[in-house]
Amino acid sequence: MTETIRWTAAETASAIADGKVTAVEVAQAHLDRIEAVDAEVHAYLHVDADGALAAAKAVDDARARGDRLGPLAGVPLALKDVFTTKGVPTTCGSRMLEGWRPPYDATVTRRLKDAGVVILGKTNMDEFAMGSSTENSAYGPTGNPWDTTKVPGGSGGGSAAAIASFQAPLAIGTDTGGSIRQPAALTGTVGVKPTYGGVSRYGLVAFSSSLDQGGPCARTVLDAALLHEAIAGHDPLDSTSIDAPVPNVVEAARSGSVRGMRVGVVKEFAGEGYQAGVLARFAEAVELLRELGAEIVEISCPNFTYAMPAYYLIAPSEASSNLARFDAMRYGLRVGDDGEHSAEEVMSLTREAGFGAEVKRRIMLGTYALSSGYYDAYYGQAQKVRTLITRDFEAAFGQVDVLVSPTTPTTAFPIGERADDPMAMYLADLCTIPSNLAGNAAMSLPCGLADEDGLPVGLQIIAPAMADDRLYRVGAAVEAGYLSRWGAPLLDRAPAL
Amino acid sequence: MPGITREEVAHLARLSRLELGAEELDHLAAQLDDIIGAVARVAEVAADDIPPTSHPLPLTNVMRPDVVRPGLTPEEALSGAPAAEDQRFRVPRILGEE
Repeated sequence: MTETIRWTAAETASAIADGKVTAVEVAQAHLDRIEAVDAEVHAYLHVDADGALAAAKAVDDARARGDRLGPLAGVPLALKDVFTTKGVPTTCGSRMLEGWRPPYDATVTRRLKDAGVVILGKTNMDEFAMGSSTENSAYGPTGNPWDTTKVPGGSGGGSAAAIASFQAPLAIGTDTGGSIRQPAALTGTVGVKPTYGGVSRYGLVAFSSSLDQGGPCARTVLDAALLHEAIAGHDPLDSTSIDAPVPNVVEAARSGSVRGMRVGVVKEFAGEGYQAGVLARFAEAVELLRELGAEIVEISCPNFTYAMPAYYLIAPSEASSNLARFDAMRYGLRVGDDGEHSAEEVMSLTREAGFGAEVKRRIMLGTYALSSGYYDAYYGQAQKVRTLITRDFEAAFGQVDVLVSPTTPTTAFPIGERADDPMAMYLADLCTIPSNLAGNAAMSLPCGLADEDGLPVGLQIIAPAMADDRLYRVGAAVEAGYLSRWGAPLLDRAPAL
Repeated sequence: MPGITREEVAHLARLSRLELGAEELDHLAAQLDDIIGAVARVAEVAADDIPPTSHPLPLTNVMRPDVVRPGLTPEEALSGAPAAEDQRFRVPRILGEE
């Protein structure tokens, strides 16, 4: 039997339900792992050992009483620090919220607790989820478990790094422009952005409300599906939550097949700026899909080349409005309250001290894009591009069942390399942004290591809105195909920490 | 599209309630100029007849029943306040400004 921390979530839940191990033992094994390796990785901002052990004991007690356990009862999880957790620090990677203990749980947090999931702690992230490397965290960067001098992607680098380094079998991320999928690609893990509205945003600290979407991070497609099912579904507390049944993602993950499916290769996601090793692994993935019985079709989505510029107008515009709530009055940091400064001065001093460089850049960019005289040329035009991108997807899904592309143009880059070059950093999300603008569903899963640097490459699968189950059907087939080729999961090849 | 000037960036900082230092202002002005130059590409798309999309879901006026339901207690609501007094948020002076 392999060591507890390397089990999948599905294996862990079975072992607990069958009485082979207790939930407390599983939680303790992960807390020990965090103690041993997280000084090197820095995936967690806060570890809630007491809370985790208490939640695990509650699962063990329920089992002892003869209660029927849910499919993830007793499974440990790392929660991105952008979801509120009652009484447990929630910082969003920002000085602005240092030490803040929310008075309520996010719906995602609530559902995890109700499912008996054991929340180990909160994970590192780019400040307010703005970034692609986790370097924008006010609490220092996270290392990629494959090479800790490289970034783990972002903004959910902590969540991806935690599962890739076996500090949790599951994690939750949020994806506004790729913040679940891009870290999954860079760390050799699985990440899913559900259909917009599929997972409640209540208690998710808002960055860009029309784009933000919480979703699962895992080491296998089935584990991601189990977690997806646990957190998804209508929530009356989120008015943008979809009031319709959740697609049957678990069933799809258990019956993976692409036989007879039409798979579209997005023509625009290749060429200049794409690393040779990424394109080589992607070409192999397409070949694998063909061998597994899919029909491959090349698809052109001409407006995708405008997705990145449109995103960097829309997301900052919404952010400039959302982050106005950090006003130093009701919660969070307050600076300069000396009896001399006015409320407005305190507000400006606090925001200057509490926000990092990228957050300030985006607030100002959004303020600019929304200001009179520029609104039509920037924000208005970006919204029209959003329509065109949605139409490109509609046309594509008229011809194919899913689209595929590399998740990212390159593998993990060195910490520091793009830290003060925003335009270079923004390119990391080139392939993931269109799905956020259109609100459809997308997954990243590992498709091998690039020859030139030995780092993981991600395959992106995109499905129409509310067809999230297709991601899992295709993802599970691809994962099984690679497992039979490789003989072991990709993460087995990661160097020991 | 014209570039963004240092004065415009200073104005944006005031609108954004950010007390930027002089050095930070210079640095940000150069970066914002680069970014705005790049995102201005959205203007290349001829889209006069294209309706804007502000949101991926076609939802309007989502309602809930107008009934009383539990909320935060005053203690909970004030638990993260930088300063509180008599079950209220205490804020710096807001009167006497220009």
